[in-house]
Amino acid sequence: MSEMYGKGILKGLGVTLKRFWDTYWEDAIWLFRQVTRGERRYRSPEGIAHRASKNTRGIFTVQYPEEKLPVPEEFRFVPFLVYEEGPNGEKVMRCTSCGICSRVCPPQCIWIVRTTDPETGRPIPDPAEFYIDVDICMNCGLCAEFCPFDAIKMDHDYELASFGRSVYDKEKLAKPVAYYESIRPLNAARENAARAAKEAARFATSAKPEA
Amino acid sequence: MTAPAPVETLDLAARFPDWVTADARPGYSGWIVEKDKLPDFARALRDDLGYDYLSSVTGVDYLPEGKMEVVYHAYKTTGGPGVVFKVQVARQDPVEVPSLVSIYPGAEFQEREAWDLLGIKFTGHPDLRRILMWEDFAGHPLRKDWREPYFEEEFKPFKSRWPEGKFQMAEDKARLGDNLSFPAGFDPQKKTDFDPEKALYEALRQYQKTESGLETEHLLVNIGPHHPSTHGVFRVAVVLDGETVLSLKPVMGYLHRNHEKIGERNTFLMNMPYTDRLDYLTSMSNNFGYALAVEKLMGITPPERAEYIRVMMAELTRIANHVWAIGFLLNDLGAYFTPMLYAQEERELILDIFEAVSGSRMMCNYFRFGGVARDLPDGVLEKVRDLAFERLPRKVDELEALLADNEIIRSRGIGQGVLTAEDAIRYSAAGPLLRASGIPYDVRRAEPYSIYDRLEFDVACRPNGDIYDRMMIRFDEIRQSLRIIQQTVKQMPGGPIMAVKPAYQVRVPPGEAYGRVEGPKGELGFYIVSTGKSSPWRYHVRAPSFINLTAFGPMCVGQKIADLVAILGSIDIVLGECDR
Ligand code: SF4
Ligand code: SF4
Repeated sequence: MSEMYGKGILKGLGVTLKRFWDTYWEDAIWLFRQVTRGERRYRSPEGIAHRASKNTRGIFTVQYPEEKLPVPEEFRFVPFLVYEEGPNGEKVMRCTSCGICSRVCPPQCIWIVRTTDPETGRPIPDPAEFYIDVDICMNCGLCAEFCPFDAIKMDHDYELASFGRSVYDKEKLAKPVAYYESIRPLNAARENAARAAKEAARFATSAKPEA
Repeated sequence: MTAPAPVETLDLAARFPDWVTADARPGYSGWIVEKDKLPDFARALRDDLGYDYLSSVTGVDYLPEGKMEVVYHAYKTTGGPGVVFKVQVARQDPVEVPSLVSIYPGAEFQEREAWDLLGIKFTGHPDLRRILMWEDFAGHPLRKDWREPYFEEEFKPFKSRWPEGKFQMAEDKARLGDNLSFPAGFDPQKKTDFDPEKALYEALRQYQKTESGLETEHLLVNIGPHHPSTHGVFRVAVVLDGETVLSLKPVMGYLHRNHEKIGERNTFLMNMPYTDRLDYLTSMSNNFGYALAVEKLMGITPPERAEYIRVMMAELTRIANHVWAIGFLLNDLGAYFTPMLYAQEERELILDIFEAVSGSRMMCNYFRFGGVARDLPDGVLEKVRDLAFERLPRKVDELEALLADNEIIRSRGIGQGVLTAEDAIRYSAAGPLLRASGIPYDVRRAEPYSIYDRLEFDVACRPNGDIYDRMMIRFDEIRQSLRIIQQTVKQMPGGPIMAVKPAYQVRVPPGEAYGRVEGPKGELGFYIVSTGKSSPWRYHVRAPSFINLTAFGPMCVGQKIADLVAILGSIDIVLGECDR
C-alpha cells in the first residue's frame, strides 16, 4: 500500500454518493414528468414498471403493500379449480376426478373422493370431495401442468396469511372460468384453441361414416 | 479454449487383476474393488494414474441382494472423464469398509455422512461421528428398511389420496407420540448419562500442541447454532489459544430433512421441485444437474432450443448467486447491508426473469426430463438481452469499484484464510473455492455437458487462495457468465423445447448414472440408481456446500477468531443444500 491510503475507500464512497444522487435526480425527473405528462414515480403503474426495468436508477424499492409489482402470467401460487357456468347459473366443475393431479403432487396434498353412481356403482366424472392442504402444497405447479382437462390451475393471489391451518375444500377452491381467463389470458386462449381443434377433429371422424 | 483431454480407455481390471473386476451389471459401469485392496487401489489411482480429485463418496443399500455398496467418483483436475469404483460388502452389521481419508482427505465428511445415514463403518477414519443426525440418534435413516415417523407407504403416490381420498390432516394421521419408536430398553422419560457432545469435544482436542514459552489455557468456544453469521443454522466449535484458532469442527444438520429419503419415496418427476429446495438460491442449476442424471439413464437429449434456454438460465443463476455471495461476504466483513443491497438489486432483476419464465422467483421447478417446462414467454428474451448487454456489465463494474480497492477489504482479505492449491484438491474443494486457489477446474470445461463445448468463455482462476481472491473470482465468473448469456441470446435457435412428450410417469431403465454440473457453489452431482420402477432406488446429492466445508477447519487453523466468519463467508454455503 505504497500509494495514498484510503483511496479505495474514497472510490467506494463515490459509488454510494452517485447512488444517492441518482435517487433524488430520478425524483426530480419524475416531478417534471408529472407536471408535463401527469406520470408519477410512486403508486402508479408507469412508475412501478420503470422501477422494474433496466433503466431504473438509484434506489428502486417498491413500497409493498401500498404498491405491488404486477405478476407475470406464469406466476404460480396455490392451485384452484376452474368451473363453468351451467345454463341455470350452477357451477359445473371441469374436474372429472381422474386423480392425475393427486398422483403427480410431490408432497401428496391433494385429496379427492370420486363420485360413484349409487345405482350402477360406476364412477361419475365429478369429484364428491376435493381438498388441498394448502400449508403442505409446495406451489410446484405440477398438478396444473398435467391435468388433462384444464381443470386445476395455479392462482395469482399470494396474500394468504392466516392464523390457523389452511385447508381448502371444493367450495373454496372453485373459481369461474372468467377469472382464469383474466389472470392467464394467453394460456387460456391456447387451451381453448386446442380444445376446439380436438372437438373439430372428433366431429370430422364421427361425421365420416355418414359421408 | 482448452481442448478437452483425450479419452483414454482405461482397463483397470487388466492392470490390477487381483484387485479389480469390471462392474458388469446391466446399466452400470465402473469397477468393483476388493474391499481389502481399496486403499492400495486408491493410492495407485491417485499417484500412478493421476486421478487426484475424489469428487463423491456415497453408499447404496441393496437390501434385496443383502449387500451394501460404497460408490466413489474420482476425476483428474486436468480434465476428462472420471473413474467410478465401488466396494461391496455383506449387509450385516458391522458393515465395514476401509476409510480413504488418508489418501483423499476430501472423503472425511462424506464418509461420516455414509456412516450416519447408511451405517457403513469406515475403518481407519480419524473422526467417525455422525454428521447430519445427532450423536444419540438410533438407526441409519437411509437404509431401505428404516421408516420415518410420518411413514405412510414405501412409494408415492399414496393410495389414500384417490379415489377414496377422505381428507385427514397430516398431524392427525400420524400423531406425535404414536409415531415414535425407541430402541429396546430406552425410556424417553429417564435421563441417561450419555453425553452427545463428548465425542465432538474429544475430536476437537486432537490438535498439534505447540510448545511455546508461555503457559496459556486453551479455551473451547461454541459459536452458534445460528450465528456463524446467519448463513443459516450452523454451529462451529473451536479451541482457541488467546484469539488464535487451534482446532475447529463445523457442526451441522440442523436443517436436515432427509432429502434423499424423500427423494427415494418420490417418483422421478416429483423430485424436480424438491431439488429447488436444496440450494434455494440456485434452483435452476439444481434442476439442471438432476435432469442431466435422469436423462443419462433414459438416454435422451433435449432439443437445441431447450439446451440454450437451460444454459441461459443456469448462467443467470450463477450471476444471481455470486452477487449474493459477494454481498454477504461484505456483511461478514462488517460492512453491513449497503454492498449487499447494491448487489441484490441486480439479483431482483434476474429473479423477475425467472418468475416470468418459470412462475416462481426462487423455486423454479423449470426443467423436465428431455427439455424445459415451457417456452420463453414473449418479451423475456429482450429482457435478458437488456440485462446481459447493457445493465449488468455496467453494474458489475460499479460493484467492483465499490469494493475491490477498499483498504479494509484488502487488509482483511489478502493473505487471510489461505487454501493452497494442493489442499484444495486434497479436500475435494469445488467451484470458486477451488479456482481461487489456482486450479482452473470447471466441469463446464473439464467434462462439458449440454452445449458448453461450443460456447466461448474462460475458466476464471486466481492464484492466491485467500479471502480476497475468493471474492474477486466471483466478479471474474460473473463476467464470463455474461459472455455466455450474450452468446445464448444471439444464437437462440427456434424449435421445440421437449425431446419427448411431457409425461408425469417417466420410464427410467435400470442402471446408475452420475450427472454433474458446475453449479455456482461448485460441482453439484446427482447419483441415481434406478431399478426400472417409478421411483429411484437411490438418489444422492453431491452437495458442494457440504463438501466445501471439509476444508473449512484446516483453513481456519492459525487464523484469528474474527476471521473465521469471513472465511466461512468466502466459501459461500447454503444450509438447505449442506444439511439436505
Ligand atoms: S383436477 Fe384435473 S387432474 Fe385433478 S382430478 Fe380433476 S381432472 Fe383430474
Ligand atoms: S402445486 Fe404442487 S404441491 Fe401444490 S397441489 Fe399442485 S402438485 Fe401439489
